[in-house]
Amino acid sequence: MSRASHWSFTQDDADNISRILMNFLQETNSRSALLVDRSGQLVTTVGEQPQFDATAFATLAAADFSANDQLAKLIGETDFTTLFHQGERDSMYVADVARRLILVVLFDQRTTLGLVRLRLKAAVNDLNAVFTRPQEPQPADFGASHLLAGAEDDIDRLFS
Amino acid sequence: MSVINYASREINCKIVYYGPGLGGKTTNLEHVYARVAPDTRGKLISLATENERTLFFDFLPVDLGTIRGFKTRFHLYTVPGQVYYNASRKLILKGVDGVVFVADSQVERQEANVEAMQNLYDNMAEYGYDITRMPFVIQYNKRDLPNAAPIDELDQLLNPGFEVVDPARQRQMTDPNNPSRLLVEQLPTGEWVERVPSVEAVAVAGDGVFDTLKAVSKLVLKSLASSS
Repeated sequence: MSRASHWSFTQDDADNISRILMNFLQETNSRSALLVDRSGQLVTTVGEQPQFDATAFATLAAADFSANDQLAKLIGETDFTTLFHQGERDSMYVADVARRLILVVLFDQRTTLGLVRLRLKAAVNDLNAVFTRPQEPQPADFGASHLLAGAEDDIDRLFS
Repeated sequence: MSVINYASREINCKIVYYGPGLGGKTTNLEHVYARVAPDTRGKLISLATENERTLFFDFLPVDLGTIRGFKTRFHLYTVPGQVYYNASRKLILKGVDGVVFVADSQVERQEANVEAMQNLYDNMAEYGYDITRMPFVIQYNKRDLPNAAPIDELDQLLNPGFEVVDPARQRQMTDPNNPSRLLVEQLPTGEWVERVPSVEAVAVAGDGVFDTLKAVSKLVLKSLASSS
């Protein structure tokens, strides 16, 4: 069966992503960064562990970003590459990464929007480089097909 | 688009409940939410209007068990059924792994069913997804109502079958959810067709809700197992 396209990243990629985001958080004094894929799945969280439901957060962030993407198209823009939501204590800054992912940064009064915005550009560029370089062929033991290969009986048992 | 997280040992998949307005999509999710153990599900999120019509989507994550040490976590979404919300409906289909079409069995709703099914095919095609080759289940809901159309009639309208070209697949196959029905069969014209598995339901009473969820999630996992 054909499915929606899928992608994966290696341990090196994961380490790179964490390093880029940790640096960014330190430079800006932001609280945490969440990387969410465009279909609403949480990919990773760096910094302070969120005290809220991160799954629900990821879904809503992706929906928010997608809705704004369509709003941009309606007014003749190709997209809005960043969004900013201001709260009384906490605010969030949302940015597109390689048209596949969304980076959500949570920050409070310990930093400023200007600094977050300034440093985010560089961080997004670095993340883009990770996600846009051609994917190396994955070893055979990688991904769902290997994980679930021959698992038909297990799947049947799960639903019996 | 399924996401496998090796760190937390989870397989995450996205299932979308599609169909005409007031067909019972949200009711399906509400029943799942009410019936599964609280530690196996997350929050039910509803972006709805004041009169409880879905504005953007409903969302419910549920764990359906463990395979090979990996938790299978399904993210269930509904779309707004009302025709004028097409832009939001299309957004929800992004990255979908499996689709449930919740059809309203009432005779008066046949036009709305057909329109929603056509809209599903169109929106999937715009993303480049071929729904005839994806995990896809039809739920015939509201079977308890006196004005419910016969299943054969609903099948003819919504699930007439698509042509099976591959000779290896041209053999009779029964519907695992309903052994008296054929999923793959040869028509009197000689053409082989394959239909989508279907489940009869009364979602307000919970009948058929879990059968539907099981059917689609099983197809999703099996398609992951066979993908290369």
